Amino acid sequence: MTTKLFGEPVRRREDARLITGRGRYLDDIGAGALAAAFVRSPHAHARIVDVDVDAALDVEGLVAIYTYEDLTGPLAEPLPVLIPHPQLHAPRTGYPLANGEVNHVGEPVVMVVATDRYVAEDAAERIAVTYEELPAVVGVDAARAAQHAVHEEIPDNVAARHHQETGDVEPALAASPRTLSFTQYVERSACMPLEGKGVHARWDADDRSLRVHTSTQASTSVRAAIAAKLQLSLDEVEVVAPDVGGGFGVKIVHPWPEELLVPMAAIALGREVKWTEDRREHFISSAHERQQRQEVSVGFDDDGRITALDVHVWHDNGAYTPYGIIVPIVTATQLVGPYVIPVYRVVVESVYTNTVIVTPYRGAGRPQGCFAMERTMDRIADALGLDRAVVRERNLIQPDQFPYDHHLTFQDGRPVIYDSGDYPALLGKLTALVGWDGVDALRDDAEARGKLLGVGMALYVEGTGPGPYEGGHVQVLGSGKVLVSTGLTTQGQGHETSFAQIVASELGVPIEDVEVTTGDTRRFPYAVGTFASRAAVMSGNAIALAARGVRVKALRIAADVLEADPGDLEIEDGVVQVRGTPGASIPLRTVAVLSNPLRYAFDEAAKQATQFATHDDTKPPVAEGDAPGLEHRDYYSPLRSTFASGAHAAVVEIDPATWEIDVVTYAVVHDCGNVVNPMIVEGQVHGGVAQGVGGALYERMAYDSDGQLQNASFMDFLMPYASEVPDIVIDHQQTPSPLNPLGIKGAGEAGVIPGSAALASAIEDAVGRRITSMPISPTELYDLMRSETAERTAASGRRTGVDA
Amino acid sequence: MTSVDTERTVRLTVNGVPRETTVPVRRLLSDALRHDLGLTGTHVGCEHGVCGACTVLVDGAPVRSCLVLAVQADGAAVTTVEGLARDDGRGGQVLHPVQEAFRECHALQCGFCTPGFLVTIAAGLEGRDPAAQITDEEVDDLVGGNLCRCTGYANIKEAVRHAAAAMGDAG
Repeated sequence: MTTKLFGEPVRRREDARLITGRGRYLDDIGAGALAAAFVRSPHAHARIVDVDVDAALDVEGLVAIYTYEDLTGPLAEPLPVLIPHPQLHAPRTGYPLANGEVNHVGEPVVMVVATDRYVAEDAAERIAVTYEELPAVVGVDAARAAQHAVHEEIPDNVAARHHQETGDVEPALAASPRTLSFTQYVERSACMPLEGKGVHARWDADDRSLRVHTSTQASTSVRAAIAAKLQLSLDEVEVVAPDVGGGFGVKIVHPWPEELLVPMAAIALGREVKWTEDRREHFISSAHERQQRQEVSVGFDDDGRITALDVHVWHDNGAYTPYGIIVPIVTATQLVGPYVIPVYRVVVESVYTNTVIVTPYRGAGRPQGCFAMERTMDRIADALGLDRAVVRERNLIQPDQFPYDHHLTFQDGRPVIYDSGDYPALLGKLTALVGWDGVDALRDDAEARGKLLGVGMALYVEGTGPGPYEGGHVQVLGSGKVLVSTGLTTQGQGHETSFAQIVASELGVPIEDVEVTTGDTRRFPYAVGTFASRAAVMSGNAIALAARGVRVKALRIAADVLEADPGDLEIEDGVVQVRGTPGASIPLRTVAVLSNPLRYAFDEAAKQATQFATHDDTKPPVAEGDAPGLEHRDYYSPLRSTFASGAHAAVVEIDPATWEIDVVTYAVVHDCGNVVNPMIVEGQVHGGVAQGVGGALYERMAYDSDGQLQNASFMDFLMPYASEVPDIVIDHQQTPSPLNPLGIKGAGEAGVIPGSAALASAIEDAVGRRITSMPISPTELYDLMRSETAERTAASGRRTGVDA
Repeated sequence: MTSVDTERTVRLTVNGVPRETTVPVRRLLSDALRHDLGLTGTHVGCEHGVCGACTVLVDGAPVRSCLVLAVQADGAAVTTVEGLARDDGRGGQVLHPVQEAFRECHALQCGFCTPGFLVTIAAGLEGRDPAAQITDEEVDDLVGGNLCRCTGYANIKEAVRHAAAAMGDAG
């Protein structure tokens, strides 16, 4: 058994319960709890004229009905704007239950509590809400046209105008040897975790304590929000994230109306109350992402080197802005990717629409930024007749330019300074992995089979591990068990394993002895949350620091017992020993016992620490500045984010009879610095790529012009099955981060970022028509090919000898 | 309506154990298993039969328990994820080869869809000749009807091959 497990593909410790049906997800909790169901708006934009609950009152099993009128104090106020920003000049948030107006289909209007969900829905169905419909604003172009307003007092629909620039872009463009301008679109998709949201609350009236389980990515902040909104003291509220069936961003938003209303009802009724989101509710009342209109102007020289870049993005933020302008900022700042952009200006106008709110979905604005930058590279290459890899290579930041300052301000308010990376090596590995230089032979072969073949690539840099901080607590018990906790939450990333690996390696204990708890405010009340590929970077480092603190203390206590110098001690397999002196050793569990001077011998081991068993009477049992117990709490708070990077390439084959798009090769080169568990990181890449491919070829939120979501089910919103996800080949690179003790960078979101860009590039290469909107379906491709106005690429003209 | 119209007593053999529960006639089998019988290993992902998370075996065949009423399953033998492992005779459990393979191949992340995959694949592998090398087509067929949002499926397919090989060795 080794204790040096950092970097090993250790099998996951959480799996034992998850493969035997012993996981504990939100809806597995609270058997017998009352159930909540919601009456939600059927209209995208309307005034509420009347709510008539009379017909529901005789439903047997009905317990309570709540409307806006029943909310009091802070609960009757709008939900918080979680991330205020000076450029978010017109923030708007909804109410826990609609207050006179609804702004998207699915907005909660009435909450019903009953003996079970079936009965709650029976009652909800009988509640009659009368609406006066208002014109709906649907889609980014309608918002931009501002013929109608989502919020009456914001006639231009603009919530925020985010603006950053690194120089004077207009003269730089004017002075550029060549320029290009174009407009393109990215459509709406969504996280779609297999488990929706859910909340369970239990109020103990005698104890005045509220325990809330919620399927969240941010339990500590949910706790604070519940305390504030329900006017409870923080110490009266506990929030636990149980096993969470996927998040991908949607569960970072909080407090969801249900996270306040369910506890409110539990307190009012003195009963356990639970709400489990159903799939339709998840489609129409959680969050989406991705829709943007992008207007790009780029200046470049005859070699394809960029001289200036000017980007104007119109970002659809949906009906409200609870999560501020994080997604627009991320698009604006991550757009520049691995490239030197001498002068850059970006303006993102974040606009209201009468559709579901837009908050981070894995990638969180990066896929759109990558789409803008990488498609710009493709256009430059096409205009100059250069290889797309060559144009990218000429613009890359070089390895000797780190740390590289883009002179932008990131989503954490900190500068965008890349800490480390080797982008030319990434690109070199990618072209080798996908066989970039041999594509013409593949194209000929495909053509002989009547197919159109194309290849595309996309590179990205991902700011990961933003602050402000995370913490970790490590405690060795007298049994030898090592308890580890951190406040951020887990949604399938394998934290119980990777954090245990870190502690086993740092402390020198068998991983079997380590138990990790995440997302439970009873165990660790200070945390920020799980988002932005930050868990391993933030909590991983905090836990490593905590383990190091425990190690120092253990060595000090052991050195006293062994009458040795702490510097001569090592810990292996849970035993502290004098290096090179067999027999001079003490088990770590005994050190843990001795760390807590005792009066009472409550068990056999405790005898060793009691007052007549210890002999040094020259100093107090607990020395000044010391504390009982072999434990340590520490925090990691970085100066700024660390920047991971990667490159994807795809080869597609298209059938010109059906226009079906078959991804025959998907290649990934990935660099997230030092890797804690390569098996888990590769799993994250696989999952990200699947979502990237889904977002590029299948998934879209199909709203009609009235703001009705036409495909709010898994039958119609096409998430990839196994048959839609290509085989993935992966190569790795490791440029450690100099910013944190473990040298790691985040890995969670990377896989999804370049999917749409790489696939658009490959499809364009195959068909010779400009791809300006993603996702693209076979039908849309067919329409594009038939369109007389569709732009032909210059490359296709060169290939066929016909001018574009 | 009388309770006879609205409720029925349903008798099932669940994971080899005879169970009886009185449920409203409209109760879904998924809800009856989870909330009336306390077997929460079966998960509900969409409630319209697309994702497959709720798959259980009814008389040995994979069935989406969100599309079946509990009363329709009266008299049937139901296997849920909790019933895949067998007792080792010493108070412990021996995992099904598919369960072992999922762990070994990192075929799950959040684990929410996993029970549906496990029972579907277990039934499929048990219904084939274990001595025959499993083909890519068979693998695709076994995993092709369930949604997973975390893994991208590559490791699930690998787990199927792994489990098929293990069952071949054991056979």
